[in-house]
Amino acid sequence: METVHLKINNIPVEVPKGYTILQAAKEANIEIPTLCYLKDINCIGACRVCMVEAKNRRGLLAACVYPAEEGLEVFTNTPAVIKSRKTTVELLLSTHKKKCLSCVRNNNCELQKLAVELGVDEDKFKGEEPRFEIDDLSPYIVRDNNKCVNCMRCVAACKNVQSISVIGGIDRGFNAHIGSAFDKSLDQAPCVGCGQCVVSCPVGALTEKPQDQQVWDAIADPSKHVLFFTAPSIKATLGEAFGMPIGTNVEGKMAAAIKRLGTNVKAFNMDFTADLTIIEEANELVERIKNGGTLPMFTSCCPGWVKFVEHYYPEFLPNLSTCKSPQAMFGAVLKGYYCQKNSIDPKDVFVVSVIPCTAKKFEATRPQLRSDENYDDVDVALTTRELARMIKRAGLEFADLPDEDFDAPFNKATGGGVIFGATGGVLEAALRTAARILDGDFKKIDFEEVRGPEAIREVTYEVAGVTINVAVTSGLGNARKLLEKIKSGEANYNMVEIMACPGGCINGGGQPYRTDSVSNFVDYKALRSKALYDQDKACEFRVCDDSPVIKMIYDEFFEAPGKEKAHHYLHTSYVARDKYYK
Amino acid sequence: MADKSLPSFQGTQEQEQKLLEVIEKNKDLPGALLPVLHEAQEIYGYLPIEVQQMVADGLNISLSEVYGVATFYTRFSLTPKGKHQISVCLGTACYVKGSDKVLEEVEKMLGIKSGECTPDGLFSIDSCRCVGACGLAPVMMIDEEVYGKLTPAEVHKILARYMEREGGSV
Repeated sequence: METVHLKINNIPVEVPKGYTILQAAKEANIEIPTLCYLKDINCIGACRVCMVEAKNRRGLLAACVYPAEEGLEVFTNTPAVIKSRKTTVELLLSTHKKKCLSCVRNNNCELQKLAVELGVDEDKFKGEEPRFEIDDLSPYIVRDNNKCVNCMRCVAACKNVQSISVIGGIDRGFNAHIGSAFDKSLDQAPCVGCGQCVVSCPVGALTEKPQDQQVWDAIADPSKHVLFFTAPSIKATLGEAFGMPIGTNVEGKMAAAIKRLGTNVKAFNMDFTADLTIIEEANELVERIKNGGTLPMFTSCCPGWVKFVEHYYPEFLPNLSTCKSPQAMFGAVLKGYYCQKNSIDPKDVFVVSVIPCTAKKFEATRPQLRSDENYDDVDVALTTRELARMIKRAGLEFADLPDEDFDAPFNKATGGGVIFGATGGVLEAALRTAARILDGDFKKIDFEEVRGPEAIREVTYEVAGVTINVAVTSGLGNARKLLEKIKSGEANYNMVEIMACPGGCINGGGQPYRTDSVSNFVDYKALRSKALYDQDKACEFRVCDDSPVIKMIYDEFFEAPGKEKAHHYLHTSYVARDKYYK
Repeated sequence: MADKSLPSFQGTQEQEQKLLEVIEKNKDLPGALLPVLHEAQEIYGYLPIEVQQMVADGLNISLSEVYGVATFYTRFSLTPKGKHQISVCLGTACYVKGSDKVLEEVEKMLGIKSGECTPDGLFSIDSCRCVGACGLAPVMMIDEEVYGKLTPAEVHKILARYMEREGGSV
């Protein structure tokens, strides 16, 4: 590998050719502050916060894009550098809505962090503010451009990562702002709701539509049974909101915390309905293969992906598995089976899902998912961040809580359900079950070929004389590439797993905010995934069929996969949507 | 986020055909968007959502990218021009003589803002920088006619004449 030698604040460093000054400085344990820079997503050198000085170079250089050159002598902390950064931040603050105390990004805001580090005068320049209307019409994302710093990170995430580009820069100069075409609300735009814009935002301009207050209200109502369930990935990320190391599995503390939110609260394990999804989906796949159904079959558990197909590739709607997502299945199980079994009126049940995702908030409102036309099966979908806020408000010392089990009867799940939270996990769990349907003696459990960071993974398996071609990808930009391959006939698969967010749910739009330092220098996706795969390995049962809860629910309620009752409660339909409108 | 009231899109088959030809001619060139938008505005007189969607479709880019460029350059207009185009000078001389009050009066009478067109398509308002008649400041133009030394009361009288001629009332 070709390297270059340079000095950062007189410290000699040797780095691979192609590194930027920012990356080179990190090698010398110096972190140059950034704002618009987001590794691999937004590298435009626009905000001018990362300015540094270099010997024999005119003016200041933007460290995030300036290449580390042989012999370069860089200084990251000179008075000129600090003055420049400080003025830049003071100008940004001139029109910034400085409502830090009531902002959800308080204490985890990149702009606030810069302001503190640089010792700025927040009132140095006085600009007009507020200037923009808040867009809170969609059921999943709120945009407050009065807090926006026009860093373009959300625009880059939407365009470069997701290939959707439903938001962009509008107008110029003082009126420049971010929004959808013709300044329509996000609610009226063909947005899939993935929330990658939200987790890319350095400030409080983008947040989920908050629904935690609705949950507090339900908890305060003694006539309500408040039933929580947590998605597979939450256990791998929630700890971060409490300062625990990335990749800490906090399943036991999470269950304990939720149960302590109120006496009418129960905490269930959504890994159970991940198992349930697999039972239905693997059966659907085998049926499709045997009976000449539409192939490839696409997984349907990711609501961002489903809405992407509805808007941009409606010709592939018949390929989507008709299985509801684990969230929707759990809602149906609780308002159907659970209410019936415990003689509770579904109107007295308040179902709260905790999900890694803003799109699930939209999914919860889909009329196609109602198993009874009079109510939604899931009342509120909370992001990981919202659950963390609730736990904090309840005054629970999260890190010191005991590890507890989820509440019965939905407390047990298999490793197959656990790995739903990482890209490739759904397909792997489905393969474990499908292989067993085809060959009762099939022994392979770890389908490691479908895991990992490669953008698109394609594998062929032979089971009992049947050839199964599968593909996995995550990130909608990659999904688009895969769909075009299928469309052109270049690729031929039986089953395809797609997650809208790169890396799967562990990197969902509702996950705890990462500092830029983590986004730019830590492989946080690998760390979070590892927590799930480690748990899978340690599970008593790893194939979804083996779950005792699955056996119970089919015996007591659904009879058999794909049967009439299962179909009513666990399957759904999709709608073609316009590519320019809601 | 409120939808501005705009006259409905009245594009013809012929205009669409022309636009499609322009797109076809440019679509494989780097930076095709700008020349295509220029010609689209020539063809339609402005760039309504229907036209921008045709451009987005034709060039296989997103509508928000098209809209971003269309709003960045001031020579592109998102609203049609009216039968009578009113242009209020906000150049230095006119401004110090109170042309902001002139513009305010025009906007108030027509119920639209600068850069917009009345729903009946009769009047549109723009501001401009100096029409070379600083001695008459403050100045506005209606079509090719120049009106100078204006006061809001004077503006009211002039505009009322146009409106009455078009069969409306003030």
